[in-house]
Amino acid sequence: MSAKTNVMSSAMVAGAVAVALSVSVSAPASAAGKEKCYGVSLAGQNDCAAGPGTTCAGTSTIDYQGNAWTLVPKGDCVKYGVESQEAKFELPGDRQGSLEAIDRDLPTG
Amino acid sequence: MPSWFETRRSLIVSLADLQSGFIAHLRAPAAPPPDSLVASGGTPPNRRFNVYRNNVVASLIEALRASFPVVERLVGEEFFKATARAYIDHEPPKSPLMFLYGETFGAFLDAFPPAASVPYLGDVARLEFARLTAFHAVDKAPITIDHLSRLPQDQLGETEFQLHPSLTLLASRWPLFSLWAASSGEQSGEEVNLDNAEEVIVVRPHYDVDTRRLPGGGDSFIKALAEGLSLGEAAGLATAASEQFDLAQHLNGLFDLGAVTAVDIAHS
Repeated sequence: MSAKTNVMSSAMVAGAVAVALSVSVSAPASAAGKEKCYGVSLAGQNDCAAGPGTTCAGTSTIDYQGNAWTLVPKGDCVKYGVESQEAKFELPGDRQGSLEAIDRDLPTG
Repeated sequence: MPSWFETRRSLIVSLADLQSGFIAHLRAPAAPPPDSLVASGGTPPNRRFNVYRNNVVASLIEALRASFPVVERLVGEEFFKATARAYIDHEPPKSPLMFLYGETFGAFLDAFPPAASVPYLGDVARLEFARLTAFHAVDKAPITIDHLSRLPQDQLGETEFQLHPSLTLLASRWPLFSLWAASSGEQSGEEVNLDNAEEVIVVRPHYDVDTRRLPGGGDSFIKALAEGLSLGEAAGLATAASEQFDLAQHLNGLFDLGAVTAVDIAHS
């Protein structure tokens, strides 16, 4: 019917929108549901990728630096260094994740 | 007594000359420092100038390392530094804002003969730069998919979308997302099959830059929406581009990502 073969019909669009609305769950893939976790990131892999000339992002110089943070799913931070069941929560030594900056593994000088 | 005037005049010209000579010599490591340099004290000006020149190059290399950590991880520090040096020589920064430096690094890598054995490197650099750009893009609040339910059903095909200002699309002939994810620590253990082409979306709806692999037809669909085509037109183009295109899935994905900031029926 449509002269433009490349246009999806209104009925099909409406159908797809209806499907999308029905399966939509209110779980925005955003910062909501995340928390800052200190002392768990590898050197240079702390979050907030603002790039050079800024004071954040990938600027930690040593592993597990206590004042560098990374975003983790809410509730996960306290599992770092505690829960040994999952490999991703393992930290060397007796280190643990912290919701606040801590004064271990700080760069000297 | 015209001599006073002439002296002042020649001083101004020589300052401009001094500055352009200074810059030219900064970029030519083999050249001796500009003749016009005079140092107080005993140190010869060339030693001081070399320290300055070295600091400029070293700090620009550090800036590129900070912006392109995944590229560096893919080729190693030594190769990266040598490449960065060549790039700095080829394209020195135009802005003092260092996070803006490196926009053309991807294109440079595409054409950089020593990197020919890593042909996907340029795309990875473009992805890293897109993430940096997204971080510094204008803030804008995304809307939820519920907004579509408020529009008249029979006109949904004519709906136009406003997408988030931080959004960038990258259509790669390489498994760009997998390569980046496997080397960025975002998703270790990601299998990388170099035969796969992948389309990637980068957007920062709130505080975090989100990087995702798009399902089939995603690049055509979102690009069309970004160009101001209607939902029906964009979906039609995407269906033509990929038979896997699933409109409902893409709508959910776009809204969940926070990539949509407004929807409205086109007034034509």
